[in-house]
Amino acid sequence: MKIVVCVKQVPDTKGGVKFNPDGTLDRAAMLTIMNPDDKAGLEAALRLKDQYGAEVTVVTMGLPKAEEVLREAMAMGADKGILVTDRVLGGADTWATSQTLAGALRNLDYDLIITGRQAIDGDTAQVGPQISEHLGIPVISYAQKIEIEGDSVIVERQYDDRYHVLKAKMPCLVTALAELNEPRYMTPGGIFDAYNAEITVWGRADLKDVEDSNLGLKGSPTQIARASDKVRKGQGEKVTLDPAESVAYIMDKLKEKHVI
Amino acid sequence: MDFTLSKQHEMARSLFREFAEKEVKPLAIEVDETEEFPRETVEKMAKAGFMGIPIPKEYGGQGCDVLTYAICVEELAKVCGTTAVIVSAHTSLCCDPILTYGTEEQKKKYLPDLASGKKIGAFGLTEPGAGTDAQGQQTKAVLDGDEWVLNGSKIFITNGKEADVYVIFAITGVVEKRGKMTKEISAFIVEKGTPGFSFGTKEKKMGIRGSSTYELIFTDCRIPKENMLGAQGKGFGIAMHTLDGGRIGIAAQALGIGEGALERTIAYVKERKQFGRSISAFQNTQFQLADMATKAQAAQFMVYKAACTKDQYTKDHKTSYNCEAAMAKLYAAEMAMEVTTKAVQLHGGYGYTREYEVERMMRDAKITEIYEGTSEVQRMVISANLLK
Repeated sequence: MKIVVCVKQVPDTKGGVKFNPDGTLDRAAMLTIMNPDDKAGLEAALRLKDQYGAEVTVVTMGLPKAEEVLREAMAMGADKGILVTDRVLGGADTWATSQTLAGALRNLDYDLIITGRQAIDGDTAQVGPQISEHLGIPVISYAQKIEIEGDSVIVERQYDDRYHVLKAKMPCLVTALAELNEPRYMTPGGIFDAYNAEITVWGRADLKDVEDSNLGLKGSPTQIARASDKVRKGQGEKVTLDPAESVAYIMDKLKEKHVI
Repeated sequence: MDFTLSKQHEMARSLFREFAEKEVKPLAIEVDETEEFPRETVEKMAKAGFMGIPIPKEYGGQGCDVLTYAICVEELAKVCGTTAVIVSAHTSLCCDPILTYGTEEQKKKYLPDLASGKKIGAFGLTEPGAGTDAQGQQTKAVLDGDEWVLNGSKIFITNGKEADVYVIFAITGVVEKRGKMTKEISAFIVEKGTPGFSFGTKEKKMGIRGSSTYELIFTDCRIPKENMLGAQGKGFGIAMHTLDGGRIGIAAQALGIGEGALERTIAYVKERKQFGRSISAFQNTQFQLADMATKAQAAQFMVYKAACTKDQYTKDHKTSYNCEAAMAKLYAAEMAMEVTTKAVQLHGGYGYTREYEVERMMRDAKITEIYEGTSEVQRMVISANLLK
């Protein structure tokens, strides 16, 4: 079985978010991590590899620095890493990103493609399903459990109050939730092996069946008006009263603020 | 000369730090309070490959260098001295002598299980009458047919009851050396469960309280002849050489303890307010922190230098790391004691309570000046190198 996992290097928001003067994210100034949903997707792929035997390839699109996230994935147990990087691909929104990744994936053999549900820097949850559309394969999103049965994949798709069990014939694409599993640690030896391994680097010319008009900033219909860090809420107020007094206190506050 | 770590080492550090923060730190207080060996943590470390970092892949290890191993022990010690010494004693004192002195059969038999963490290793040299004076030991091994028969006891053994494989030293005869009769010491591999091998008292220690420090007792304990490690009579050299490597592990542990105490103190002095301002605003605090950080940095350079020198030995089997290891352990241990003492002082009354980790760190630091060669022994080793 061949599994391809799409991963993204994202800013580690624990270290604070930094912006360029033009309002875009200053990615170079922030610490980075593997996007948590993607990491769960990678772990799911590695578990399938442990269970059924599989070749796991990780693909990322980004700056040359994004190579680090591929090394990390390989140190966890992925077999190959492919970095898609080119200046003409910069500034891509979800549409251009999914076109780029689909262009890269068309070069590969795969039974299963796993992406994270969404990236913590964009939170759109669009790229995975868009890739499946471009490739013309089924997608099952929000996977909380993934199993293989013959030539099909069986996925529990999470809902707010229930889950659906869906079966799809491979090849197909699954988007993974961070809650899917607890990703394994890299191993020390794996880290050194990952740095000795070759990373395949692809540019625009390596993308298959993609129009220039669908790539990079020019191919991105999304216009970002403004980006900001999380709006910090006030410190709040803590009062210690007995239950009856607490209720009365809260009611007064709500009236005072004209909430009720 | 380049003082920066490679990307691989930096990534390894981030792995060890993440593991330490997530898996080890939450249990450190409990491990100290209950004096329980952190078995689950060791299992998790085994899964992550931490129990065989410098062991070659052909023997089931991670195939990394000694520097990576030292960084692992350092990061673990930042949050828990107990967990750090479990890895250090296992790797440096049991895996390393088997790797260095073992026959191919011994390496194949013992190293894969040790390096994967399925089994834990320990080292038994110290006896009630033989600490710094390793020649003073009494444990004897007598050859009887195809078996060595061990009698005697070992004390202060780290990983004592929790280990499965032990490297044990015993007298196998008396030989004349420079006109004087001296004890001939040999090394052996002893497995837990061997009839005649039992455990005595568990030590009640000041620090590293979860590390399972036991007395080992050998009463007519028969082990196969082929379990002798290295040649007969070469045990003293094996013990000394093994301790040279062990000192790098303990130096890394001391380094981590000092750095951990410094990190916590920096956070504390920013929060703690006296006389209407945070105590970090006082020059005394600032100067104390400056001294602590400078010494920790110096210790780190020395520990890494010693580790890299041992790596050189691994490649050429010639380079001596004996002096570098002794210097690193001496300096890092004394730094750890000084930095943790200052950390407690800067925490004031709170620092003296067990609610604050610096109290435990100060207790944990003390042993690094004592075990695997006291600071006095390190000074003997260093001066012997200077005067030879």
